[in-house]
Amino acid sequence: MRALRALMFALLLAVPMAAQAVQPNEILPDPKLEARARDLSSGLRCLVCQNQSIDDSNAPLARDLRLIVRERLQAGDSDDEVMRYLVARYGDFILLKPPFKASTALLWAAPALVLLLGLGWLVASARRRRGAQAEPATPLSAEESARLAAALKDE
Amino acid sequence: MIVETGHYALVLAFALALVQGTIPLWGSLAGDRALMAVAAPASIMQFLLTALSFGALTYAYVVSDFSLVNVVENSHSLKPLVYKISGVWGNHEGSMLLWVLILALFGALVALRARRMPDDLAASVLAVQAWISGAFLLFILLTSNPFARIATPPMEGRDLNPILQDPGLAIHPPLLYLGYVGFSITFSFAAAALINGRIDAQWARWVRPWTLIAWMFLTIGIAMGSYWAYYTLGWGGFWFWDPVENASLMPWLAGTALLHSALVMEKRDALKVWTIFLAILAFSLSLLGTFLVRSGVLTSVHSFASDPRRGVFILAILVFFIGGSLALFALRASTLKQGGIFAPVSREGALVLNNLLLTSSCATVFIGTLYPLALEALTDAKISVGPPFFNFTVGLLFLPIFLFMPLGQMLAWKRGRLLGAAQRLTFAVAIALVAGLFLAAANGEPAGAAALAGLAMFVIVGAFVDVAGRVTGGGFSLALMARRAAGLPLSAYGTALAHAGMGLTLFGIAATGWGVERVISMRAGDTAALGPFTVTLDDLSQRQGPNYRETVGAMTLRSDGVEIGRVNPSRKFYTSRQMTTTDAGLKTISLGQVHIVMPEQNPDGSVDVRMYWKPYVALIWLGALLMFLGGGVSLADRRLRIGVAKRAQPRVRGPAPLPAE
Repeated sequence: MRALRALMFALLLAVPMAAQAVQPNEILPDPKLEARARDLSSGLRCLVCQNQSIDDSNAPLARDLRLIVRERLQAGDSDDEVMRYLVARYGDFILLKPPFKASTALLWAAPALVLLLGLGWLVASARRRRGAQAEPATPLSAEESARLAAALKDE
Repeated sequence: MIVETGHYALVLAFALALVQGTIPLWGSLAGDRALMAVAAPASIMQFLLTALSFGALTYAYVVSDFSLVNVVENSHSLKPLVYKISGVWGNHEGSMLLWVLILALFGALVALRARRMPDDLAASVLAVQAWISGAFLLFILLTSNPFARIATPPMEGRDLNPILQDPGLAIHPPLLYLGYVGFSITFSFAAAALINGRIDAQWARWVRPWTLIAWMFLTIGIAMGSYWAYYTLGWGGFWFWDPVENASLMPWLAGTALLHSALVMEKRDALKVWTIFLAILAFSLSLLGTFLVRSGVLTSVHSFASDPRRGVFILAILVFFIGGSLALFALRASTLKQGGIFAPVSREGALVLNNLLLTSSCATVFIGTLYPLALEALTDAKISVGPPFFNFTVGLLFLPIFLFMPLGQMLAWKRGRLLGAAQRLTFAVAIALVAGLFLAAANGEPAGAAALAGLAMFVIVGAFVDVAGRVTGGGFSLALMARRAAGLPLSAYGTALAHAGMGLTLFGIAATGWGVERVISMRAGDTAALGPFTVTLDDLSQRQGPNYRETVGAMTLRSDGVEIGRVNPSRKFYTSRQMTTTDAGLKTISLGQVHIVMPEQNPDGSVDVRMYWKPYVALIWLGALLMFLGGGVSLADRRLRIGVAKRAQPRVRGPAPLPAE
């Protein structure tokens, strides 16, 4: 299956070979600003790629987006402002971490919900089992009793 | 002729699957031994036919028979032999054939061991197995025939995708498929148990080796894929939460849960219904993975030549097997009697907690992977669910798993003492704290990395506390300790190794926080600093390969001015496909790696270089290797025990209880 992923990646590569993930000439002179740019980039989706961040992607669009992020940062935008700028243009699709809103509430709540449901089910079945504990064990069959008697006689 | 033979063998295998899927099942329901006896030889024959078919396709690749569409599209006469062979499964049709081959292999292996099982169980298991292989054989024959001919054969093939021309392709898919498809056996066992309406600890004892085998190969298969991505895809990542990766992680999570719940079932006759459910789930998730990858639903933007008929066909297979088995489960599960009772604080309780957390993680991955699809289908809203989501949610669910892993091993069956177990772990906690503090002091920021690494140390040391306690339990005389160590069941060592492997992997992941990255342009003669090292680009040279041209950078790695190694990253240009790939130059230094890629050559003669220093990164995959070995050690023990149980047959309800592991 990994092979397939590689295949898809290769298909992306096959189109234009020019750009590569984070090139030296993109890097900002200010290391603090550059660190912020990298941080933001890793959370932004390369829109034409299969589940890659623009930080990892070789697609030309990803390069364009990386440059936009750096331009906005150099213009003095805060991280939030950069994100809002990009979401306004490309929609929530660009965020690798989906925003918490009505349509994604179920997604974000899912892990906790599943865990709680599982816990509830466990407690309920433990109660049931405790109730069933009183039941007598299955009695031995005639054959088993005979074998038991024979075994005891041998002792 | 050979190609036609292969095609014909595939059709025969399908016909045989129909026989194997019906007659033995009928026999097992009607109690007719003659009909049941059809199953084993049919399974073995089916494997031989599928192997013949696979061999024929391999032959066509090796001799570059360009009258086959599949060979034309994925091979080249100049390609090295190893890639001609591995190229057989480097495409949709061939990989499905490999899938079916492994399916038939597992069927044949069960058939060879069938005499140790009750006739009706073996017959039903093999019948269900034949249903699965029949469905996939039909899929291949109708929608993905690798033996299709071409009217006017070209002189040369279009070559295999260069990214796949890598030893990784020879290793990773077969291992992964052994894992994926291995779970078909546990599925068949579960379905057979439901059909026959009988399930007990003995059943669990038969299923566990197969679960263990599937789990081992899935573990190592995923790890190999991760390493392959790490060194070819060029940015040094090892896990991307890509849907295709998630598709392999889900069966792993379910399979790991199954491994632990089957243990409870085998030892204590409890969790039966749940174990059956997990057995169905693990393979259903394997099928789902196949569907997601093969149908192209998840890759709508850049899916390659996905034929909608294929997607619909696999969806039909998926619905039939998952729906059918769950319906059977709903119908029959209530008839299964629950066995052993246990207190919440006990070995069983700990294993239940393990199952709860693992299945919750599995559900989280499932929902995260499919949510965007569902949301888009329902509301047209497009969202992405990427690494930040999965790292956060699955990470949170895994933290308690790591915390409780050593603790659970210390608890007694039926009723354990939490305080006593915790006391025995004092040593492991102390080591973890010291290691965490030391690492934090040595490596500095981020503090989270040191904390996680400390947790990993707790898991690693904790994994061995149980074995150590049992070895030294009688005192510290050497002779006694050696005797006690030899007397411990192998599965105790297997558990310790596998758990420690998990800890190692966690340590490797934690250490990624201390990684150093540099992206710069370099010319021959330039030197750059990379963390504790310096990297000098000595020379750039051109080389001609069989079906590619490459630019190789000769680099020297120095620490405090002393040479510690050479690294040769390269860029390969494949003439046939007009494509470029990058091969990372790797140098392993103790457990860390220097990873250098040359993604770009500039017109002015300089090259862009991306360099990473990744301390302890090798532990990520070494941990997986240790898990694989642990599984193997445990398997060796099991085989022994099954032999014992066989001699103790027929009517004894399982052998005498063995010491808790």
